[in-house]
Amino acid sequence: MKVVLQACSARHPAATAGAASALRAINLAVASGEQLAVIGPSGAGKTTLLQVMACALRPAHGTVQLGEANPWELGGRALQGMRKRLFLAPQVPPLPPRQRVVTAVLAGRLPDMGFWQSLQSLVYPKDMDLADTALAQFDLADKLFERVDRLSGGERQRVGLARLVASSAKLLLVDEPLSALDPERARQALKSLTRTAQQRGATLVATLHHVEMALSHFGRIVGLREGELVFDLPASQVTPAHLQELYASQLQELTGSAPEARFAPAEAAPVAMHCR
Amino acid sequence: MHPVESGRGRRTDPAWWGRVFWTLAGLVVLWPMLVLAEFKPWVLFSPESLKPTLRFLADFFPPKVEPEFLALVARETWRTVAMATAGMALALLLAIPLALLSVRTLSLSALAGRMGAVPAVLRQTVRWVLVVLRSVPELIWALVFVRVVGLGPTSGVLAIALTYAGMLGKVYGDILESSDAQPTQTLLRNGAGRLQAFGYALLPQSAGELTSYTVYRWECAIRSSAVLGFVGAGGLGQLMDASMKMFNGAEVATMLLVFIALVGLADRVSGWLREGLA
Repeated sequence: MKVVLQACSARHPAATAGAASALRAINLAVASGEQLAVIGPSGAGKTTLLQVMACALRPAHGTVQLGEANPWELGGRALQGMRKRLFLAPQVPPLPPRQRVVTAVLAGRLPDMGFWQSLQSLVYPKDMDLADTALAQFDLADKLFERVDRLSGGERQRVGLARLVASSAKLLLVDEPLSALDPERARQALKSLTRTAQQRGATLVATLHHVEMALSHFGRIVGLREGELVFDLPASQVTPAHLQELYASQLQELTGSAPEARFAPAEAAPVAMHCR
Repeated sequence: MHPVESGRGRRTDPAWWGRVFWTLAGLVVLWPMLVLAEFKPWVLFSPESLKPTLRFLADFFPPKVEPEFLALVARETWRTVAMATAGMALALLLAIPLALLSVRTLSLSALAGRMGAVPAVLRQTVRWVLVVLRSVPELIWALVFVRVVGLGPTSGVLAIALTYAGMLGKVYGDILESSDAQPTQTLLRNGAGRLQAFGYALLPQSAGELTSYTVYRWECAIRSSAVLGFVGAGGLGQLMDASMKMFNGAEVATMLLVFIALVGLADRVSGWLREGLA
């Protein structure tokens, strides 16, 4: 699926009125089947960019085009239909702690399943082979029936990516897929992602902190800083000077690794129980 | 650096006067309420009320254990449990859809910013329906239904169903909303349906809490079906009402023991279920 952003500005829904927009007048076109890495210092608007592409955030100005349609001009039902064709993988893996890995991975198939089918799959997992193959790509095949809360942070992140592999989406949007992985696993994970996208003919957009990983695995690199596009170049043309400019004030991020994602979900509010 | 002060009584806890003030203020507010509620505990210990109370309580021991009475109690106990269970089942039929309708986490329009006006109004309306259902005590519902369907367990079942649907619906909604919204929203954003997102993200997070609350409510339903028996809705309550009117403490004692056993059983079942789902 191709993605075209025209003069897109967006702000976080919870942002105060006076705060600067997270994205400012972004123009970006991603062709169908293209693979693209977004790099930039923390707070550059990388996550917001992905959310705008994923119809998870409505741009304040400008237009988004996914495939041939502007999702915000569609009705609610058609918009949800559009969402079925894309997959947004957030940085913190969205897995309920008490769920089993097999269910968590097969949740990637939900858009393709009818309601009764998905209910059936909760009782007895359908298509276990699919989950198994997806997990095997991330060395997790032995964790198929493990519970999510018994996994380490890195394993959870890879389960989240296995869900993406199990899905059938044509637009893959991945936010910081490597933040909890060691370099070897990170390389393996990126290879699986790019191969999956290629085999499926899907568009892949990933935000990455590891600049070197981005340069070595992606053909096209977009540099983002303070909500603005700094450069948009083939990986071979990205020079150290570009990177210096991009990370001008946060040079330590260029060499350091990604900040650790917050895995513990926020403390749930206590529920009052009343009875006489 | 200051040397540690050794002067006695020089320091006071800055929170002290605040505590004194709020305690006194609480007592001042409480006093008129106690007067209004005719709270006179010394009446309990006046000789003219103490003697009949003690005589009635002395009757409690030994509990009545004659076989035919026990058989009657067993039959009525079974009726009470059946009433509570049927009432709960009907309440669930009503409470689950209403809770799902009221949960804000499952909103599609809230995925991209603010929830739409129509869904917001719908959710608020459902919450009001739940308020109305649970604000009418089950005793009142039972009195209404006794007039409609006549004396017997049916009115008790219907009364429990309506009031408990209100309570269960509200608390289910609260439990579901207090769990982490991110897994649910991610599934919705990837095109899953609302019920699918419920089954694959929301339910596994809160299954334990929902189960233990449901069993606890079942236990409450057993207790309230006893109260409903007093207005003619059948079961152990009606039997107890008859015994109370005859001042037959031994029979009341037996039935109270049965209640303690039932509540203990519910507690154990809830414990097992929570261990299984932990």
